[in-house]
This record gives sequence, structure tokens and C-alpha cells, in this order.
Amino acid sequence: MSSTNNILVDVDGVEKVFHRGSEDIHVLRDLHLKVPAGEFLALMGPSGSGKSTLLNLIGGLDRPTNGTVTIGGERTDQLTDARLAAWRARHIGFVFQLYNLMPVLTAERNVELPLLLTHLSRAERKRHVETALAVVGLSHRARHFPRTLSGGEQQRVGIARAIVTDPTLLLCDEPTGDLDRKAGDEILDLLHGLNREHGKTIIMVTHDPHASARASRTVYLNKGQLTNAPVQ
Amino acid sequence: MRFLHLIWCNLKRKKLRTSLTILSILVAFILYGYLSAIRAALVGGISLEGANRLMVRHKVSLILSLPQRYQERMLRNPGVALATHQTWFGGIYQDPKNFFMQTPVVPEEFLDMFPEFLLPPDQKAAWLKTRTGAIVGRKTAERYHFKIGDKIPIQSPIWAKSDGNHTWEFDVVGIFDGKNKNTDTTSLFFRYDYFDEARQMNKGQVGWYTIRVRDPEKAALLARQIDDEFQNSSAETKTETEAAVAQGFAKQIGDIVLITASILGAVFFTILLVTGNTMSQAVRERTGELGVLKAIGFTNLQVLGLVLAESCLISLLGGGLGLALAWALIAKGDPTGNLLPLFHFPASDLRLGLIGVVVLGVFTGIFPAVQAMRLRVADALRRM
Repeated sequence: MSSTNNILVDVDGVEKVFHRGSEDIHVLRDLHLKVPAGEFLALMGPSGSGKSTLLNLIGGLDRPTNGTVTIGGERTDQLTDARLAAWRARHIGFVFQLYNLMPVLTAERNVELPLLLTHLSRAERKRHVETALAVVGLSHRARHFPRTLSGGEQQRVGIARAIVTDPTLLLCDEPTGDLDRKAGDEILDLLHGLNREHGKTIIMVTHDPHASARASRTVYLNKGQLTNAPVQ
Repeated sequence: MRFLHLIWCNLKRKKLRTSLTILSILVAFILYGYLSAIRAALVGGISLEGANRLMVRHKVSLILSLPQRYQERMLRNPGVALATHQTWFGGIYQDPKNFFMQTPVVPEEFLDMFPEFLLPPDQKAAWLKTRTGAIVGRKTAERYHFKIGDKIPIQSPIWAKSDGNHTWEFDVVGIFDGKNKNTDTTSLFFRYDYFDEARQMNKGQVGWYTIRVRDPEKAALLARQIDDEFQNSSAETKTETEAAVAQGFAKQIGDIVLITASILGAVFFTILLVTGNTMSQAVRERTGELGVLKAIGFTNLQVLGLVLAESCLISLLGGGLGLALAWALIAKGDPTGNLLPLFHFPASDLRLGLIGVVVLGVFTGIFPAVQAMRLRVADALRRM
């Protein structure tokens, strides 16, 4: 993924309108955001401010009503569904608040999921999975099913799944929102390490000022628009 | 193949529900196998060998006999290549439950007329030499452990010997096989000359005639000529093709094809609903997970394929096992004790069953699969 002037994520004049019956709900209005490669950005804001919607647009899970989304020089808002899916598989790692692991698969099989879309052999996939689980410190829990893991461990598996394809951009939607402080801190340490040591660009949606303090920059979203300071 | 583990794990998610669904498909396909075998037994006796054969019976009923001298008159017709006769014996071997057909025949004529019965030449020669000799079909021989050299006592409630004894003894001189899979090898044939000489009554009479026509295209004309030949005699005849006789016999029970098709239609419609419901439920419960798969890069078509593969796997497990079990159970033989001598699972019906398995899998999976394919990722993730 190449970028111009080191800008990895360029959200330009984005507007997102949802239709509920005859009512139009403007979730994002003329939004501009640039994220340089290697940044750890925290996105904060009250509930319903459009944080997750913005994250979905950046991650190619949804399309803007107006405006453009350019990631690594590629206009993702113009890609077809199939190309967008392939692009996500190559470039984006998602970390969800509720971990979103497959309950029927072991930790290692969950981590392997994105690799099933690649041309890697079984042995190569196994090696990648082992590496990803080692990075999150869960090698010893590889054969465990999600129900036998703690919340913090499940989130680590979620992070391992997000990084196993070595994506450039990690999108985290309240990754500590369902964890206690200790487990949350461990996850933040992990994300911080991925940013610092592995150069991953991270955009993290959070409600928690303690979590946003670990980011290199924080932006605030209110009523569909970005500010650099929290709205009182 | 790389997705097989994921598909298999999804199937195991609700073990009881999946097992019951597979079981219901399995039972449906066993039923399909049995109905196919019953249909084959009832209407499958019309063989290619029978295409050039006509059956001549008493015009009033098959029970009434015809004079043996008719044979000579029939042979005078240039359209007749060969004529032979058989008579209903209706004997009992040890127990009335042990049903198999016994028929007095003229050996050489009979073997010429029915080339689908394969008898080794030495056994044929032995039959021609032994007045009380009988040949037994392979199935019956195996069932009652008859072997060459055995003496079989058979009691006939209809035919008494001249001394008043109803027990007839036959020497097994041959065991015949069927040329085709659907050739009936459950009967016993013995010599008419021995039967006619020894019986107490109805001498010189036979049950029915079989005629081989020279030109099968003129079979209908020949049938009319034969019936005309014996018109106004004491025993008028009715001549039909073997196929018409077999179909007429099957029709006495009912329209077998329609009955089996109706039962199977009802069964498979129910299975379609049961399996379709299982798959719909499975997809509904997994909406969020399908959203995650799409988020990490699975395309809509891949998600469609995963759901379809799951429904096809359920169908394949249930249907495949059902067909295999049906095949194995039916191969054990006629469960009615020889009332259905041609009871077998035709290979063509097995192939049709396998196609049915795939069609069932696709039909039951297609709607939930399309539903899964159309899921919007952001909406689906909200349902986790």
C-alpha cells in the first residue's frame, strides 16, 4: 500500500446519510480526516456521534453518501463489492469490541480465517498463525475454544486474527470496551507495541479517555463533524 | 477444501438439530430406495427378451386351462416361430410361507423360448434324461440350500397324482441363473410329460402358451389371428404381449408408478421444508458471524458458497447414508419371502437418488445462502 506524502487514510468531504422511513439521518457531514502512516489515532465522541460509521467507511464496510475515501492512494469508495472484500482481506485488520470470534473454532482456527482467503499452503498458514499468536502472547492457548478463554484472551485472539495477514491499517472499535481495567491495559499495551514496534497504523474508536491517552493523537466526533478538542 | 473445516464446525454447532435433520433425510432416502425396489419388482419384469413373445391364455380367465393340442395349430401359423406351454402348479415346500413358483414345462422348448434363463449344458442334458428332474433358480436354491442331486418334496393343493397323493417329488438336476439382474431366478421348473402322466385330472390341458413371433412388428396382427383361430371353440383364447400381461397384473394392484411418485413427492416436499427451515435458522443465528467473515474479506459469493456447501453436506450425509443403507438392506433380498422375486434397487434409480441428494442440498440452501450473500456487513455486525 503506497501513499502520497505519507498520508495513509484520506477522508475527504465525506457525508453519510441513513434513511429511516421518510426521515433522512445525517450521521456524518462534510468530514475531513487525514491519518499519516504509522499513526495511532484515537477517535472519541458521545454515543451516536458517528464514530463506528466513520470506522466502517474507512474499513470499506460501508460507502459514503458523498465525498471520497482514499486509503493508501486507492479510492475505496469506488471499488465493487468483490474488489472491496479482497482489498479488506489484504489491507485491513478489524478488532471488535465484543471480539466477534467464531465460537465453533479454536483460537488458532479463528486466527487462520483471513488466511483461508490467501494462496498460502496449510503449513504456511500454520506458521503465520503461530507467529500472530506469539505476538499477542497466546501460543499456549492456541487449541482453546473462545468459551474457555477470558475476555482479555479472546480480545488477544481477535487482535491476532487482525494482524495475521500483516495489514497496514488496524481498525479497532472500542477494543477495551468490554474488558476490566487490567485486561484493557494489556490490550492497549499490545496495540501500542504493534504501532511502535511493528509500524502498524491504528485507528481506535473509544469512549475511554484512559485508552485515548495511549494514542499519539485524538480527534473528537460530534454531530457528524470532527474537532480537535472534546465538545463540552 | 480449505473451507471444509469451517463448514464442518458450523454443522456441529447444533448437534441435535443437525443430527435430526440428517436422520430425516436418511429415512426419506431409505424409503425412496424401498419404493424404487417395490416398483421395480412390480413393473420391472418386462424384459427386452419378452418383446417378441406373446402370451395366450383362456379368454375368460388365466385359471381356466387350454387344450395341449392348440400348440400344433398355433405352430401352423407362419408368424409363429416357437410355441410352448406352462401350467400353474401352486405347490408348497414344507410351509405355505415358503412361496416360490413351480411350473411344468417342456424342457427344450422352454429353454429355447426363455434364453434369459441360463442353464449349463450338462445340467440341461441331465434334465432331458431325468423324467422327475427339475431345475431351480439360483435365488431359491440358495435360500433353501437346494443342490444338484437333492430330492424335493412339494405338496400341491391343486394337483393330486393318480394314486391320490398330493406330494410330488422332484430331483434337482440343475440350477439356473439369470442373464440380467432383473431376471427372476426364484422359480422351479419341472417336466410336463411327468406331470401330465402322473396327475389325476385335466390330462392334456395346459395353463397358458407362450409364442415367439417371427416379426415383432406384426405381433398385434398375429395375436388377432390366434384368437380368431380358436374363436367359437370350447376354450377361446386371449393373446397379449408379455409386457401387456405384466402391466395388466401390476394395474390390478394400482398405478404403481403414480402411487410411488405421490408418496415420494410428499416425503421430499416435507424434507425440503425441514431442511430448508434448519438452514434458514442456522443462517439467522449466525448473521453476526457472517458479517465478521465479510469484514475480514470473504466475498458475497464465498459466503453464498459456504452456506450452500453446508446444506449440500447435510443432504449428502443424510441422503448418501440413506441410499447406501437402502442399497445394503435391499441387497439382502425380498423381504416378503419371494412374493416380489424381482425386488432390487435399480442402478438407474440409485443414480437418480444421488442427483436428488444434490438437488435437495441446493434447493434447501439456496434461499438462506442468497439471504447471507445479501447481508450488509455493517448491519450484520450490529447483530453480534
